[in-house]
Amino acid sequence: MADRILSDFEISYIKQGVLADMRSDGRSCRDYRSFELRSGIVSNTSGSAEIKLERTNILVGVKAEIGQPNPLNPNKGRIEFFVDCSALASPKFEGRRGEDLGRNLAHRLSDLYENSNCIDLESLSIIPGQDCWIIYVDALVLEYSGGVLDCLSIAVKGALANTKIPKLTVIGEGEEQEIEISDNPFDSTSIDTNNVPVFVSLSLIGNQFIVDASHEEEACSLCQLSVGVNHKGSICSILKEGAGSFKHRQYNEAISLASEIGVSVIEKITLTNNTAPEKML
Amino acid sequence: MADFEYLSPEGLRSDGRRPQELRVLSCNISHCLQADGSAYLQQGNTRVIATVYGPHDVSRRSEAQHDKAFINCQFSMATFSTSERKKRPTGDKSCLETSLALKKTFEAAILTDTYPHSKIDIFVQILQSDGSDKAVSINAITMALIDAGIPMKDYVCATSVTLINDTPIVDLNYFEERGPGPELIVGTLPKSGKIVFLQVNSRLHIDNMEKVLKEGMNGNQRVHTILDTLIKKHLEKSILT
Repeated sequence: MADRILSDFEISYIKQGVLADMRSDGRSCRDYRSFELRSGIVSNTSGSAEIKLERTNILVGVKAEIGQPNPLNPNKGRIEFFVDCSALASPKFEGRRGEDLGRNLAHRLSDLYENSNCIDLESLSIIPGQDCWIIYVDALVLEYSGGVLDCLSIAVKGALANTKIPKLTVIGEGEEQEIEISDNPFDSTSIDTNNVPVFVSLSLIGNQFIVDASHEEEACSLCQLSVGVNHKGSICSILKEGAGSFKHRQYNEAISLASEIGVSVIEKITLTNNTAPEKML
Repeated sequence: MADFEYLSPEGLRSDGRRPQELRVLSCNISHCLQADGSAYLQQGNTRVIATVYGPHDVSRRSEAQHDKAFINCQFSMATFSTSERKKRPTGDKSCLETSLALKKTFEAAILTDTYPHSKIDIFVQILQSDGSDKAVSINAITMALIDAGIPMKDYVCATSVTLINDTPIVDLNYFEERGPGPELIVGTLPKSGKIVFLQVNSRLHIDNMEKVLKEGMNGNQRVHTILDTLIKKHLEKSILT
């Protein structure tokens, strides 16, 4: 992660704030910052979304392309994730130096999507064993400051909900099957993203887990717990990161907190998706 | 594509513009708060973000120059920016070539001798590509540099021009760029009229060169007027708030 150097005084200020349940921006430990999600902003894509949370800004573009299915799963489509930590966010990501972080984030997303079975991949199959839809989810980190994994998962969910896949008809039988794309560009299907989970990251500061840490808070937290939560509040994945450790009791509290927060975040995404006018960037 | 009408009998282009008409240009200055200077520029359907970091310390000793600032430029295109998905956002041949061209352009425009032993980072990212990527990038970088407060000789304004049926056409969109005509991209310092960036793709007859170049320079003057008003509006707003 991009480093943020804090002085001892800053660290103790943040720690005491967490103890008093009043963080530097006035939030309590359980408060999520408000974010702005806009979808349908890049016209070259099948679906897109942009999220702004304080200074973190991520743009996600989804492209649906026809390709060959994985031989192990001939009757399923594929989703591929790619995260580009661009140099725009920080000169530290210049050249190929943002690649490691990007690959790590993409891997986390694909793990989450694979393990939670949240998207019906069979609906993306066109001709089993021959053709399927490959959904390329490309994220671009434009500004980087805290909560990147959370934002990324929210933006990806928003972009997938916005994605339109052209309707196809398969002509012919047996070996000589052909695909025909509908002439009407509005004739399309969308992806069911109802079950898609989002990440809720909790950071341990002192002895307390906090929700939606800012860049400064992330820098003085020794360990993070990223929890994948779906709309029902079920946990889809858990990963502990960082060098710190925590007690079993804290873990239970953290998980129930994450599940609660996750549900409210997903509610907000659905709300913006349903009401959002398709505005430009 | 051969019978595609780039210029209708009425003299209008495929998107309804007149031959010398620019696309609608809008710009959001200070788009990224983290950077020292940034601009989001939209010209028609081409959208670009440029950020500037610096002048700051050089990251490698070899970059330090005793008499002027080192300018570093990275041009990249989002993987979803083009109609065909790109495999990598940066590092391919055309991106590297563009990076170098942009670097040279701005070395000519920035008063680099003001900041010896330091480095200025310029990063451009195409979010959505619909023709004239380089020209729009140059305009966006200019705005970002002004936002960063880096002294320059003048604005650098750029437009792309092609020639269809002996009529010069300014500010190309994707279809016109891919069309049969030659493409000339020219970047100038509008006040002095000096050319700092020039690129011609495919053959262009020497007799037509003058005509096309002149139209490009005229386009740059118009871009300059727009950018100048945008900057002044932005400053007014930031002074008032």
